[in-house]
Parts: sequence; structure tokens; C-alpha cells
Amino acid sequence: MTDFAGSQYLIEIIYLIASALFILSLKWMSSPATARHGILAGEIGMVLAIAGTLLHHGIIDYKWIIIGLVLGTGIGIPLGMVQMTAVPQRTALSHAFGALCVTLVGTAEFYLRTPNVPKFMMSVLSMEVILGGLTFTGSLMAAGKLQELLPQRPITYKGQNLVNLLLFLVAVGSAVYLVLHPGARIFFPIIVGVSLIFGVLLVIPIGGADMPTVISLLNSYAGLSAAAMGFVLDSKLLIIAGALDGSSGLILSVIMSKAMNRSFSNVLFGAFGQVQASAAGEQEAKPVRSATPEEAAAILLAANKVVIVPGYGMAVAQAQHKVRSFMTRSPKRESRFGSPFTRWPDACPAT
Amino acid sequence: MNTNLIDALFVFMLAAFIGFEVIRHVSPLLHTPLMSLTNALDAIAVVGAIVLVGEKKSTFATVLGVIAIVAATSNVVGGFFITDRMLRMFKTSRPTKPQLTKP
Repeated sequence: MTDFAGSQYLIEIIYLIASALFILSLKWMSSPATARHGILAGEIGMVLAIAGTLLHHGIIDYKWIIIGLVLGTGIGIPLGMVQMTAVPQRTALSHAFGALCVTLVGTAEFYLRTPNVPKFMMSVLSMEVILGGLTFTGSLMAAGKLQELLPQRPITYKGQNLVNLLLFLVAVGSAVYLVLHPGARIFFPIIVGVSLIFGVLLVIPIGGADMPTVISLLNSYAGLSAAAMGFVLDSKLLIIAGALDGSSGLILSVIMSKAMNRSFSNVLFGAFGQVQASAAGEQEAKPVRSATPEEAAAILLAANKVVIVPGYGMAVAQAQHKVRSFMTRSPKRESRFGSPFTRWPDACPAT
Repeated sequence: MNTNLIDALFVFMLAAFIGFEVIRHVSPLLHTPLMSLTNALDAIAVVGAIVLVGEKKSTFATVLGVIAIVAATSNVVGGFFITDRMLRMFKTSRPTKPQLTKP
């Protein structure tokens, strides 16, 4: 027993350090000067978290853990090797994997623990699988749209709001019933299934331009579901990492939609907001004009003021030197850089 | 159990506020890498999956757990890897791209 207590303390201390590293990682990542430290802190934190978990005294068999870790690494490396222009869809796909993990663990925990599950535990468990499930399919949809496997334009149909609302109510209703009657196992697959469908329907009405924000929002959901898992497993590490991701993902989506001049509520409520926006008039119509180099030269010669808004596309194309020389050579006195907006490849093609 | 639960809620609340505060002033240049990093951190759920598989409580749980470990590990590895590549790209471009105006 003393042995257990000893290793338990060690694990908790490792988790404590890992949690601190996660916070530092996000903190450092928010400034270009320290961003490299940020990723290092995140990596060390993650390695510590996994190593600490392997010391867990309940673990009796390592074989499958190792197989899983090795296989996952094998899949992860190619996922990290994709073209820079494919980063958005890669991130979305990666979210889908993370959410899949949460959903599967939640499902397994449910069948291991029922019917003796306290009410609070059952509610966080349901929350975990609802958020995990909708993030899984939602992220897959987002990845499909960005990869142009699916049509990028918003798909809307009559009664969409009603269908989504009903599905959401079915999921929450089943969860509430399950909390009150933990023996009614049949409701669990219903919750999972409905959340999976809900994730698809939530992303369908959102267009390609809003996808980055959607991905960030799904990130936030994935974080919250990880935090819910932390409550189920009574793990402070999971709660901290999940809450960090949940809140930072949310604030990042708000910042991004502001930077890209998009309506955040539109993204947050998917179809619910879509209809309101179209009812509000043509406010969302923000024209984009593309031009050939010759046309661009003509336009620039005629212009009085030139504002260049550098973004992700420029970084990907490594075009900053060209842009700089363009700026210095430009005959216009009033050439300047605008505030850099986050642009994604689809919005700002790299040439 | 009850005090544990309350403790956990406090931890959740504090961590949520920290996440909020550290990200609030993120440079727009770093939106994409940051998203990619938080994506990697999301996969912390792998911890739960490892315990689930290691405890070997039922075949069903083990099978789900192994799939979960594979999925989450690929998320971790891919996420950190691509974030690193992205930052390397920014690094080479930094000397010629001086302090961009902050909004």
C-alpha cells in the first residue's frame, strides 16, 4: 500500500509539471519571439504526461499500449509531412482523431461502469461523448470540405434549424434520462449516434471561408470533452489541459473571425445563425477580386493608395522578399502594410 | 468524492481562465501554428486511453482503447511535427519581415 502511495505521488508530481508546461506552451506560443520554446514545452509536457501515465499502478499489460503508441506514431509522421497549403485540412483530420479517442474512451468507460454510476459522473460522461462525437464527424466534414472532397459552399435546406434543434434535444434528452435511470443502457448508443449525425449537420451549412473558425471552435469542443473525461477519470491533468484548450480555442475562434471579418455567431450556431444572417440582408456579401499579374500592375499604377495585407499565403509562398522589394520600388508614396490577417490558402492563393 | 469533485470544478474554472488570458493577445501571425499546437495538446486524452488499455478490464474496452491510443498518438505526433515545421518557416522569414503592425 505504501508502494502505491509513493508511485501515486510521483505520478501526480509529473502531471503537475506537465500541466505547468502546457500553460507555458500556450503562453509562449502567443508571441513570435518565444513560439519555438512554446512547442518544446508542449512536447516535453506531453512526453511527461504519457510517461507518468505508464507508471500507473493499475496497468498490468503494456503490450497493446506499446503497439498503439507505435502505430499512432507511424500514422502521425506522414500526417505531419503534408504540404503547407494542406495544413487546415490536416488539422481538421487530426481533430477528428483526437475526438475519436475521447468518444471511444467515454464509450468504454460507460460500459465498464454502468449501472453503478453517480448522477454527476453520468452527466459528464454524456457530455464527453456528445462533444466528442460531434467533434469527430464535424471535423471530418470540415476536412472534407477543405480538401474539396465535399462541396465547399454552404448546404442549406428547408427546416434545417428544426432538424438540428430536434437532434440536439434528442441527444440532451437521452442524456438526462440516462442520468436519472443509469440502468437504461439502450440510451447510450442513441446519444452517440445522434451526436455523430449532429456533427455532420452542424458543419454542412457552413461555407469554406468560415472553415478555419469552425476548426478552431471544434478544437474548443474537443478540449471541453477532454476536460469532461478528466472529471470521469478524476484526473486533474486532463481537466487542466482540456479547460486550457477549451477556453483558448473559443477565444481564438472569436479573434480569428474578427480578423477575417466574419460573423462569429454564424459559425457558433451553424445553421441557426445562417438563416438569421440571410434575413439580415446582404451584409455578408464581401466581394473578392482576383487578377492576373498584368491586370494587377495596371490597377496598381492607377491607384493612389496601396495597402498590402500579408498573410499565411505569403508565408507559404515564401514571397516576403518579393513583397518587400515591391514595396520599396513602388512609385506610390502611400504604400504601406496593413494589419496582417490570418488568411488561409483558399482565401489567398499562393502564387 | 464530493470534495474531490468540488476541487476538480475549481481546477477547471481556473484553467479555463488561464487559457483565456494567455491566448488573448496572440499575434495574428501565429493563429495557424497556435491552432495546430492546441490540436496536439487536445490529444492529452491519450492518457485516459492508456490506462483503459493497461487495466484490461474487458476485451471490448481494450479494443476501443487501442484504437483510441492509435488515433490520439497520431494526433500528438502529427500536431507537434507540423507546428514545428510551420514555425521553422516563420523563422527564416523573420529577418526580412520586421515587426508587423498590431491591430
